[in-house]
Amino acid sequence: MINKVKASILRNRGFTGAFILFAALFLTYQSMHPRGFSTAVLVQNSNEVVALAFVAIAQTIPVLMGGLDLSVGAVMTLTNTVASHVVTGTPLQMLFGAVVTLAVGAGFGAMNGLIVVYGRIQPIIATLATGAIAIGLALILRPSPGGDIDGDLNWAATNAVFDLAETYGFADNGNAAWLQPFVNIPVPLLILLVVALGVWLPFKRTVTCRTIYAIGSAESAAHLSGLPIARAKIAAFTLAGFFAACGGLYLAVQTSSGNADITQAGTYTLNSIASVVLGGTSLMGGSGGAIGSMIGAFILRIISFYFRILSIDPLLQPLIEGLVLLVAVSLGALRTFRVKNKLDLFR
Amino acid sequence: MKFLSFSNPADRPLIIALMTTFVILLVGTAYTLTTQGTAPLFTPSYLLQQLQIGSFLGICAAGMMMVVLLGHIDLSVPWTMTAAAMMATTVGGPWAIPAGLSVGLCVGLLNGFGVSVLRIPSMIFTLGVDSVLRGLMVAHTGGFAPQTKASPLMRYLAADTILGIPVAIFVWAFVSLVIVVILTRAGFGKSIYAVGVKEGAAYLSGIRTRRVITGSFVASSLCAATAGILLAGYSAKAYQDMGTQYLLPAIAAVVLGGTHILGGRGRYLGTLLGATLLVFLNSVLSILQMPESYRQIIYGVVIITMLLVYGRGKQN
Repeated sequence: MINKVKASILRNRGFTGAFILFAALFLTYQSMHPRGFSTAVLVQNSNEVVALAFVAIAQTIPVLMGGLDLSVGAVMTLTNTVASHVVTGTPLQMLFGAVVTLAVGAGFGAMNGLIVVYGRIQPIIATLATGAIAIGLALILRPSPGGDIDGDLNWAATNAVFDLAETYGFADNGNAAWLQPFVNIPVPLLILLVVALGVWLPFKRTVTCRTIYAIGSAESAAHLSGLPIARAKIAAFTLAGFFAACGGLYLAVQTSSGNADITQAGTYTLNSIASVVLGGTSLMGGSGGAIGSMIGAFILRIISFYFRILSIDPLLQPLIEGLVLLVAVSLGALRTFRVKNKLDLFR
Repeated sequence: MKFLSFSNPADRPLIIALMTTFVILLVGTAYTLTTQGTAPLFTPSYLLQQLQIGSFLGICAAGMMMVVLLGHIDLSVPWTMTAAAMMATTVGGPWAIPAGLSVGLCVGLLNGFGVSVLRIPSMIFTLGVDSVLRGLMVAHTGGFAPQTKASPLMRYLAADTILGIPVAIFVWAFVSLVIVVILTRAGFGKSIYAVGVKEGAAYLSGIRTRRVITGSFVASSLCAATAGILLAGYSAKAYQDMGTQYLLPAIAAVVLGGTHILGGRGRYLGTLLGATLLVFLNSVLSILQMPESYRQIIYGVVIITMLLVYGRGKQN
């Protein structure tokens, strides 16, 4: 049993490293915070991390395949503006609106996949172009920021479980005894974990997902083994679109509005790549996973939380953020010095 | 077009890019003819003015091509441009341009070190360098637009004209000439293609791949720095985030010119045509008074369509 755990840790070295880094950063942050380990701080932190975590998961799947999706930030922005139009009205209408939003994201992702597979264009370039299209559509939907998302939904989705129960009046307005162990869990974190684990873990066991990993390791070998390459590629981009839409939908609920912000879309895309790398997924493809990227997104956000409790000159903050990112990705270079045969360096 | 033939698959992207540029200009002219009854798009003054503004993108794309040929990418272009421009205006006087270029040199060496020695994927390393440069510049300027002005020489290079032709076009032509000579006449250029095709094979044939990679990243950063200095000269000052709008068009220009994004294949003439195409596309969309939303969509659709046309008949 212990040997099995040991082997699993060694196999997922990148993920383990990311998790330890996250745990260390998080525990230090919480103990240094004057109101550390309280629900309020936890709720605030998880609110800030959800959208990025979703976009990072979205990015992971094409990266596992050895590709890259430069449109995830743009798709998040597009679905954000879609949600700001359709997630209104009665609860049933809002539910329908949310489904529409997610479908738009998945559909856009599927289009990326079709272009990559049947148009035979490299993913990085294809998604660069479709990203521009997504931003254009978002700008048409929301020329200026706005929208009217239900205040109750906003309140319920961005607070602790207790507030969720109180808002919608179930479980004795959150005072039921059976709910007590859970009342302090932030709803955003719950949403993130339920969607991410609920979709990713079952998907990981499918042939399609194993094919995505196989394509990342050696595409021609995967092809010769008779794996469904085209299906896996389209599925990878579709899922990327779906997860990006989860991020966009959450952002719309969180801010009660939609905003077609080009700069923000670019930042999210770049941060998603950084999160994927921090989470231990190889940019060459073939190893890593979505949960690691989620942790990577947590790490990236926690670094900026530190600025609130340490009195660092605000002007130095972008520099420190950049340096931490650069050092963190450089840690991956340690592999270089373990390599015995120099030819192994060249992929 | 004697040196381009449609039957040669390597030339096809170049011819298509050229024809698309022409079609874009025709569409713009049709619009101005119907609305104003004039055709300013084919006048030399308009073309030269657009190429002057386009020279910033053209120079960035020239540098970007050097790293794309290796199968790498340089995402640090935006803040290399900005940092070079800000350092140049801060130093001022006769040392303004050397100061800006040395920023480019340092960034290129750092990128080259990270990619060739530490073997970190260029995508993420240059991204990290970009954010460090951004942090440095925010710390340097306090987050405001710097008060310093471009030196007279920078103004001359970017905004003045010789015999009615903007000097910036001469700078672009000079950079292009250097790149063409490197890629076609120098051993370094051959090494770049070799490393781009297969780095392991290039290494085994005795090419010092680390130096080649570092050299290409230095070339890219120097080009970005040049573009930044010119842009600062053109606007008479440096400003925050002046380079961000050049990154993606630079990559697009390289790819539209037929350079393979995974490296090893591509000609500089293609990059030149790709950059020109994007410049005129942008300017015609402005003439059509296209809102930003449709502009982005057209931009994306043009890139996808052209690449779909290029890729026809290529089977794995």
